Amino acid sequence: MNFEFTDEQLMIRQAAKDYAERELLQDVLERDAKAEFPARHIKNLAELGFMGMMVDPEYDGSGMDTVSYVLAMEELSKIDAATSVVISVNNSLVCYGLCKYGTEEQKQKYLKPLARGEHIGAFLLSEPEAGSDAMHQHTSAEDKGDHYLLNGTKNWITSGNSASTYIVMAQTFPEKGYRGINAFIVEKNSPGITLGPHEDKMGMRSSDTHSVMFTDVKVPKENRIGEDGFGYKFAMKALEAGRIGIAAQAMGIAAGALERALAYAKERKAFGTEIANHQAIAFKLADMAVKVENARNLCLKAAWQKDNGQPFAMASAMAKLYASDIAMEVTTEAVQIHGGYGYVKEYHVERLMREAKLTQIYEGTSEVQKIVVSRTLLRE
Amino acid sequence: MKFLVLISNVPDTTTKIRFVDDNKTFDTTGVQWIINPWDELALTRAVELKEAGGIEKITVANVGESITEATLRKALAVGADDAIRIDAKPKDAFYVATQLAEVAKDYDVVMVGIEASDYNGSAVGGMLAEILGFNSVSAVSGMNIENGQLSLTREIDGGQQKIEVETPVVTIVQKGIAIDPRIPAMRGIMMARKKPLTVVPAVDAEEKTEYISFELPPPKAACKLVDEDNVKELVRLLQEEAKVL
Repeated sequence: MNFEFTDEQLMIRQAAKDYAERELLQDVLERDAKAEFPARHIKNLAELGFMGMMVDPEYDGSGMDTVSYVLAMEELSKIDAATSVVISVNNSLVCYGLCKYGTEEQKQKYLKPLARGEHIGAFLLSEPEAGSDAMHQHTSAEDKGDHYLLNGTKNWITSGNSASTYIVMAQTFPEKGYRGINAFIVEKNSPGITLGPHEDKMGMRSSDTHSVMFTDVKVPKENRIGEDGFGYKFAMKALEAGRIGIAAQAMGIAAGALERALAYAKERKAFGTEIANHQAIAFKLADMAVKVENARNLCLKAAWQKDNGQPFAMASAMAKLYASDIAMEVTTEAVQIHGGYGYVKEYHVERLMREAKLTQIYEGTSEVQKIVVSRTLLRE
Repeated sequence: MKFLVLISNVPDTTTKIRFVDDNKTFDTTGVQWIINPWDELALTRAVELKEAGGIEKITVANVGESITEATLRKALAVGADDAIRIDAKPKDAFYVATQLAEVAKDYDVVMVGIEASDYNGSAVGGMLAEILGFNSVSAVSGMNIENGQLSLTREIDGGQQKIEVETPVVTIVQKGIAIDPRIPAMRGIMMARKKPLTVVPAVDAEEKTEYISFELPPPKAACKLVDEDNVKELVRLLQEEAKVL
């Protein structure tokens, strides 16, 4: 067993940390207040290689492993999870899905610009009536011979406006149930696509979340991913990998809150001494540190299993479930340690708490992760 | 034009400093090592100039044991073409300059940070120029190459001085030489593994310094609050205790 990181992994972690502390931190509060998309940062992070981290250099990616990805996601999310979610969706849902299941032509045409970060990707699975219940897709994809015709509405789409490449799940054979679902690569500027208003969210405010409506949108046949009816399996496989990104994000949010709480507790004085010297605060910090470390280890184990070609669905679900739950607990305690200061925006921890909440909901709620874990347990 | 950027391997600037061995030795337990921030800025400027087409090759070099190779690999990831590690424990500025002189003689421009953030000696650059008989320019805050001519900006009292200098030269650079240190891109990080890192043995050199002991600065005194009506007392404290008036 080896807990050491390679020089490359450490350099990537440092690069992410440097960028987050030097650049993201400067305007994170302003972007959160204005719900402004981090366009400049995504461009810079793309140049550094963060948008296609695990894509083979043959397809213009950085060729890094998933462990490096976890380390990078942690550092970026400590400062700004609204930026890191754009990176997570692009890397572990969209690029991963195309790398694993895309045709050579699809990789050349769509994966390359996504891996370079010139295009941003979005993953369109949720619907007004199909969130956790992803088997029951109402969006239809009618087979018209040389193309499909898409109709329906998708909800809660991260980067809905900023993305130029959509991966859309839609039902082709309603009689076959989830086995009739297909996945398609759809260009956002296709005629018939309209966007709902920017969702005014509680947290992750500078990522742009929209609903997306499809009205007779033509999608060429060659843009279908995999065999006819592969869409549901495709979505589940992509989400297995996606969970590692969101788990690492949740862990990073918690780690960021812990760092801030620790620094504050060592400075703030009450009853004649730094509050860290009061056991009530010191024990809180200890509990928070144990949770963050557990979450980190779960994330890294899932990443390691993926990198080593082992099944990782169970590990990634455990990591996502645990990391997002403790992110909520740790950020809440960080606000508590800050007292009144924790409740104002300047100290960042209230924002981290708002961001943490979403990690329990998106890319599979905590309840869905429990379904994945329990089913795997009971099957074994 | 061939550039050599000297890289000092220093503790991260947030390191908690401790001494052992009767306060004669810096305790390196758990220390995270980084490129000396001034050297990192020097390297950033060299890489910018190379990208603009003015430099043929950038080599980075340090005097250090194998633990320092991670720092050199980072310099390669940032954009240096190759690296040289002189296999020795750096003892003092003269020792380091003597070792570096062996590898620096074939370069046109040597860049060195104005000081290293650990011992703040500010001596290696000047010594190296003297040993090699190179020109040397200190307090360099800007560097350009136009038509093969090196032009430098120096910080002087109340302004700046623009100079042109013949190579070979040792430039001792400070803040301003580059705006921010360059963050290595992942492509650079991957390429760093394949770039040559040569280890050369140290030459004999006299050790001219003996470290007697190190001492930590006294802890910060508690904040004194002066009653708002008592300006006299404030002035007295500023004069007698803080000694700023």
